[in-house]
Amino acid sequence: MIKRLWHYLTAHIDGFLLGTVCLLMLLGLFVLYSATGPNLTKTSNQFASMLIALAVIWAVSNIPPQHLLRLSLPMYALGIVLLIAVALFGDVVNGARRWLHIGVTRIQPAEVMKIAVPLMLAWYFDKHETALRLRNYVVATLLLLVPVALIARQPDLGTAILIAASGFYVLFLAGLSWRIMLSFLVLGLASLPVLWTVLRDYQRQRILTLLDPSTDPLGAGYHTIQSTIAVGSGGVTGKGWLNGTQSHLEFLPERHTDFVFAVFSEEFGLLGNLLLLVLYVLVIGRGLVIASDASTLFTRLMAGAITLTFFTSAFVNMGMVSGILPVVGVPLPLVSYGGTALVTICLGFGILMSIHTHKKLVKT
Amino acid sequence: MNSNIELKDHQRELYYFKLRLMIATGFVLLLFFLLFLRFFYLQVLQHEHYRTLAENNRISIVPIVPNRGLILDHNGVVLAHNYSAYTLEITPSKVDDLEVLINQLANVVEITPKDRKRFRKLMEESKNVESLPIRTRLNDVEVARFAVNHFRFPGVEIKARLFRHYPLGEMTSHAIGYISRINDDDLEWLEEKGELANYRGSDYIGKTGIEQSYETQLHGKTGFEQVEIDANGRAVRTLSRIPPVSGDNLLLTLDARLQEFAEKAFGNYRGALVAIEPSSGGVLAFVSKPGFDPNLFVDGIDPQNWDTLNNSLDKPLTDRALHGQYPPGSTFKPFLALAGLELNKRNPQYTINDPGYFTLPGSSHRYRDWKTGGHGVVDLHKSLVVSCDSYYYSLAYDLGIDNIHSFISKFGLGQKTGIDIEGEGLGLLPSQEWKSKRFKEKWYAGDTVSVGIGQGYNLVTPLQLANATAILANNGIAFRPHLVRYTQDSKTNQLKIIPSEVLYNINFKPGNLTLIQQALVDVTGPGGTAARAGANSAYPIAGKTGTAQVVALKQNEKFIESQVNERQRDHALFIAYAPADNPQIALAVLVENGGHGAATAAPLARQVLDFYLLGKRPHSLIPAPDAKQEADD
Repeated sequence: MIKRLWHYLTAHIDGFLLGTVCLLMLLGLFVLYSATGPNLTKTSNQFASMLIALAVIWAVSNIPPQHLLRLSLPMYALGIVLLIAVALFGDVVNGARRWLHIGVTRIQPAEVMKIAVPLMLAWYFDKHETALRLRNYVVATLLLLVPVALIARQPDLGTAILIAASGFYVLFLAGLSWRIMLSFLVLGLASLPVLWTVLRDYQRQRILTLLDPSTDPLGAGYHTIQSTIAVGSGGVTGKGWLNGTQSHLEFLPERHTDFVFAVFSEEFGLLGNLLLLVLYVLVIGRGLVIASDASTLFTRLMAGAITLTFFTSAFVNMGMVSGILPVVGVPLPLVSYGGTALVTICLGFGILMSIHTHKKLVKT
Repeated sequence: MNSNIELKDHQRELYYFKLRLMIATGFVLLLFFLLFLRFFYLQVLQHEHYRTLAENNRISIVPIVPNRGLILDHNGVVLAHNYSAYTLEITPSKVDDLEVLINQLANVVEITPKDRKRFRKLMEESKNVESLPIRTRLNDVEVARFAVNHFRFPGVEIKARLFRHYPLGEMTSHAIGYISRINDDDLEWLEEKGELANYRGSDYIGKTGIEQSYETQLHGKTGFEQVEIDANGRAVRTLSRIPPVSGDNLLLTLDARLQEFAEKAFGNYRGALVAIEPSSGGVLAFVSKPGFDPNLFVDGIDPQNWDTLNNSLDKPLTDRALHGQYPPGSTFKPFLALAGLELNKRNPQYTINDPGYFTLPGSSHRYRDWKTGGHGVVDLHKSLVVSCDSYYYSLAYDLGIDNIHSFISKFGLGQKTGIDIEGEGLGLLPSQEWKSKRFKEKWYAGDTVSVGIGQGYNLVTPLQLANATAILANNGIAFRPHLVRYTQDSKTNQLKIIPSEVLYNINFKPGNLTLIQQALVDVTGPGGTAARAGANSAYPIAGKTGTAQVVALKQNEKFIESQVNERQRDHALFIAYAPADNPQIALAVLVENGGHGAATAAPLARQVLDFYLLGKRPHSLIPAPDAKQEADD
């Protein structure tokens, strides 16, 4: 009886993936406790979000991929409608129009699109699998650009970048020709000088600040300067948990959300960073193995895109905190404070597990 | 066969997918390796550098607020400057119970109820966490007393700050304006302009007048200092310093002595005076009476003073010169006369026989002349000299409202002059189109008749009137009126002229303009309405009196000044330029409830002209309100 219940509960769980994800979350809890002050309330809030996220993993892993396939189009359509609704009636918080009131609660439709966009594109390629033409790639690109443009003008640059990346990964894995990718790259680089002459002075200044924060140490460059100091001062072994001076003397802005990695890096040093990188590599590696083993085009594309988007989020966040990428609002996946992003990411892991375990069942 | 191909295709597809997956894996590992290299660089190779920055001496970036530029008059008289003083400041976010703290502070340093009220108001206005002053201008004894007790008051600091001061106070309140603490609206404005970073550390911003419109030039560029501070927040040493660049000084066209003189000449009257140099558009005097003390606003005005100013019947906060709107009265006539000549509706020889009133064809309604019984035979010249109403009733009727509107518009009446301070009143030069838009009503001939003597819907600001007079004096060449002539680099002291801007040239037929100008000179001569004000002048004065009704009169009602409530008396107006043969100053004077223009406004203008052109101070400033001989209108 107990055996059967256990089997029922774990039939669709990928133990390796779940284990590494839980380790990352645990690490997240420790660093959050330090970054919030220490503050137990916020940490336990995040802990509650993690439990919800784990439940989401379990629930989604039990949905067979064929059902997800059928959900693709309605989910994407709903997401677009919500994004347009945000643009028209959304609430403005901190200068950006991102939230939508529905009844008692507020939602951020851009989060939904993190899953809906790759789902839609994977569905689209799967549908036209037998005869993929250039036309199909053009249509797929349009399907991608509409939500990205809507989100970018909210403005929510971080989410727009992540969604654009997820869509690109689907296109890439579906076999977008190198020639086209290369020509777009060349075209993009060639148009830069033209764009530069069109920009106004202050817009140029902003771009220069992104490239070299020391030109504006009081304004936009402040975040990067302080987070770089935090990372660098951590050294090999770090200052120890709860002992980061940069974070605890309030030099670091946004230190429990987008800049939580600076706190981690300061307190746990290069060794901590290495551990974090290894855990991320393990999660990503597992995801890519699942993609490689998947049985249909849809599941392959989906698994690959989810995994690589997860990678992008981690890379961009650590890159901006350590000062090699401009500051855009991308959280450190599974570690940064915030329930919504956590649930969205775990939704992706649920899909990965579903893809992996349902294939096995079909085989046996 | 068919399925074989499909299978092959499928395998090939799978092969390509896996190839791409391999490429992606390589990409992931490469980028993570790059990250690791970055971490290695920061945490191993550069560790010492960042450790110094972070651990021993936490680095702090302190903005250095630039000195605000000075404002000087034409002759170098200081109108706005800065002085250094100590303030006692509280950082509310570091304090648990503000009331208790302030009560304790009051035992050490005197804190008046006014200070408390002002502080509370500041708290409401500023949401940010910075420190706010509870007391300003501490003397040395108070500074010493607080320093001894400092340890008892965490979150309270003594700071040396620069304060703005306006030495002439009320005299320049409207032209110079004032600065005050930055509020949310200002922040929004700064953000829009991309200037927010430059205002880190700045507490003040120009709110009105020149302080507002030249904010960018006056503020300067904020410098910053990277300092190492120890765990207690004390600066240990400076790492690097980018010095601030002080704001530019402004040198005005305004003549402070003339301004002061004109201000005083108003005595207890309310009103406005604007004087302009016709050859440049430079504003020489810009008076709005009563004014207010702009120094009250600098530290945040306390509610008591605010209420007094805001609720005063005299409306001291209203800039009458800039956006006070009044009927021009008979000062409108020279412009209308010129319209008659230019549009060939009148010639110098044309006369009317004035019975003392004017009626429209087919109507019995009498539009009365100010002089009962009329002026007899009146030609254009005489119509201006004696200010004959009937002549202008009929002229306006013959011209028609739309001709009047389009011609007088050239003088800038009923539109913004474009002066370099904000908040200009629009005034009103009516037209058929305006009335149908505003009231959805047809324009009546009677409306035109009232407009002829500057009444009816007509409204002008004193600035517009002075500007129009300057255009008349300058033979039709219109300059943009302006208060600032030079900006001065605070470091190099180099002056940069702001060139006078010719807006347009109204090309009048030369004879017509000369006729009007000559008539205006005779207005101040014997027999003219301003004869007394113009008597014994060392230089020729061209002028025109005017009276603007405050309350409308019924048909057959006679206006008896002495019987009317003071606030309902007519406004007195006078426009003038001098010397008439070589104009150096053009002005418009408005005296609220001053009665006839000839009685109060014209003598006041004469004193101002004498002062400016001859440097003369007459013994009696305010004229006796007795001018039966030369009443106009």
